[in-house]
Amino acid sequence: MFKDLFRTKPKYVTVRPQAVPVKQDTSAALWQKCPHCSNLIYKKDLEKNYHVCEKCGFHFRISIAERLHITVDEGSFREIDTHLESDDPLKFPGYPEKLAQAREKTGLDEALIVGRAAIHGHPCMLAVADFDFMAGSMGSVVGERVTRTFEMAIEEELPVVIFSAGGGGARMQEGILSLMQMAKTSQAVERHSRAGLLYVSVLTNPTLGGVYASFASLGDILLAEPGALIGFAGPRIVEEATRQSLPKGFQSAEFAMEHGMIDKIVHRKDMRQVLGKILSLHRKGRVSSA
Amino acid sequence: MRNGLFEWEKPLYELERRIAELQKFTTEEDMDLSREIATLEKKADSLRREIYKNLTPWQQVLLARHPKRPTTLDYIELIFDDFIELHGDRHYRDDPAIVGGIASLDGISVTVVGPQKGRDTKENIRRNFGLPHPEGYRKALRLMEQAAKFHRPIISLIDVVGAYPGIEAEERGQGNAIAECIRRMSFLQVPIICVITGEGGSGGALAIGVGDRILMMEHAWYSVISPEMCAQILWKDTSKAPEAAEALKLTAQDLLELGAIDAIVPEPLGGAHRNHEEAAANLKKALKENLQELMQVPADELVEQRLARFRRIGKWRERTMAASTSHK
Repeated sequence: MFKDLFRTKPKYVTVRPQAVPVKQDTSAALWQKCPHCSNLIYKKDLEKNYHVCEKCGFHFRISIAERLHITVDEGSFREIDTHLESDDPLKFPGYPEKLAQAREKTGLDEALIVGRAAIHGHPCMLAVADFDFMAGSMGSVVGERVTRTFEMAIEEELPVVIFSAGGGGARMQEGILSLMQMAKTSQAVERHSRAGLLYVSVLTNPTLGGVYASFASLGDILLAEPGALIGFAGPRIVEEATRQSLPKGFQSAEFAMEHGMIDKIVHRKDMRQVLGKILSLHRKGRVSSA
Repeated sequence: MRNGLFEWEKPLYELERRIAELQKFTTEEDMDLSREIATLEKKADSLRREIYKNLTPWQQVLLARHPKRPTTLDYIELIFDDFIELHGDRHYRDDPAIVGGIASLDGISVTVVGPQKGRDTKENIRRNFGLPHPEGYRKALRLMEQAAKFHRPIISLIDVVGAYPGIEAEERGQGNAIAECIRRMSFLQVPIICVITGEGGSGGALAIGVGDRILMMEHAWYSVISPEMCAQILWKDTSKAPEAAEALKLTAQDLLELGAIDAIVPEPLGGAHRNHEEAAANLKKALKENLQELMQVPADELVEQRLARFRRIGKWRERTMAASTSHK
């Protein structure tokens, strides 16, 4: 009873997947240079190749719409509109302007969207972050959305898949409220876990700070895209603090893998299949008979 | 800061010096100057009140970093009996930047954990300036889980600029060590009281900062990011840290208003470094009062209340349906 008092019941609204804005850069040239190997890539080819450089395998950052397109079963994504909009609780200098810019730039209302989806026919709750929205950082709204994702998944006995790209960590413009989202989301993960449900966390470039040090690193299974930057303190901060030159590939997905921090590196073109297999291996009836 | 004194304390220092001189004169020359001394002391007292009532957030930050401010082990020594320090994370090594152990709080067995800064340069180097590695957090978690096994309340004394941003710290999983601490501490079925005693820097503080009561010493600070780093990111200029300190709302008063903490523990006038005993006595009183309340609550209810408390945190606007459609 006491518990229910504080539980804000989410109201669901389903939107068509087309409602998720697709970034369109009308003025852009036809060619894109790979920032890793300087290879010039024809943009149409890049799109066909999951936005991965054919020559060196560099994974370009992609929009949420593109992520959904290549990851979930066609037409299966139903966004859950939480009706939450970031406020400026601290009256932090420049925050409303930054939010407005981010909304303009991405067409999104926040750095992370949530919804129901199916991957290879397996239903799940899905949350996807966009780095282009204030570096994918977590303020009150992102924290609340992640928390509600797990709560809805508990209610509907669904697995959770999250693609995080929180290079900005906990959003400093919301001060302590952002920090507390780390606790709130971690607790939601654990409640879901105690219900015996699966959580797959996919770390995309970059996942750092308070996002990594909370829900993003607490998955039952941690996957990462090749080359994704993964860590607590970003490389520049580590370099400044230690005055040491960083080892080659420091904090890359491969580095995280070698140091035992993640389960598997998955190329973008294989992500859907790998997620499908994992979900399939955890489907009901598969393990409970043992 | 010079000789342990801040710029804004200088007028006060002058007065205090004159009082000391008069006192010396009284004993050496056997003259009764008590009336003069009393007048000056009264003046100093009101000046002190005036100064410390109007500290800026940045001055609070500096105060919280005062080299003579009581450290975790100082508080432990002054508040608890029979403290036995326990070491090591059982995986890699003992991190001297976090201390922990078992002790008695006026007859109640408790587990105490907390980051430990050095009290001099040598100790600071040994303790990495109180900046913990992952093994420090894993040690704290081990001790807290042990506390739950023996139904011992947990007291977490927090004074840390942040988790150490080092190469090896990253190699050994700093982010996940913090996340696991947060997640597992949240569900421990014993009373947990967290106190920000000095600095509460980001995830490195929150890692041991999930509790049933979150207290804060009057001049401590607690924030999502240090003011220097915030200034660096926002304005590419660490000298703007005072502005960042203002913007971040990191003082005890601000955090009480934001609902991030439950109560402020008063410090001696001028800060805890001026009187360790008094600061510790105030903290001990607060710990005992809160612990007595929490020990009445059944364990599972305690956890539910703890979770509900964090579940509520966050501020946003609710969009209306109409606005929502127009946004899409």
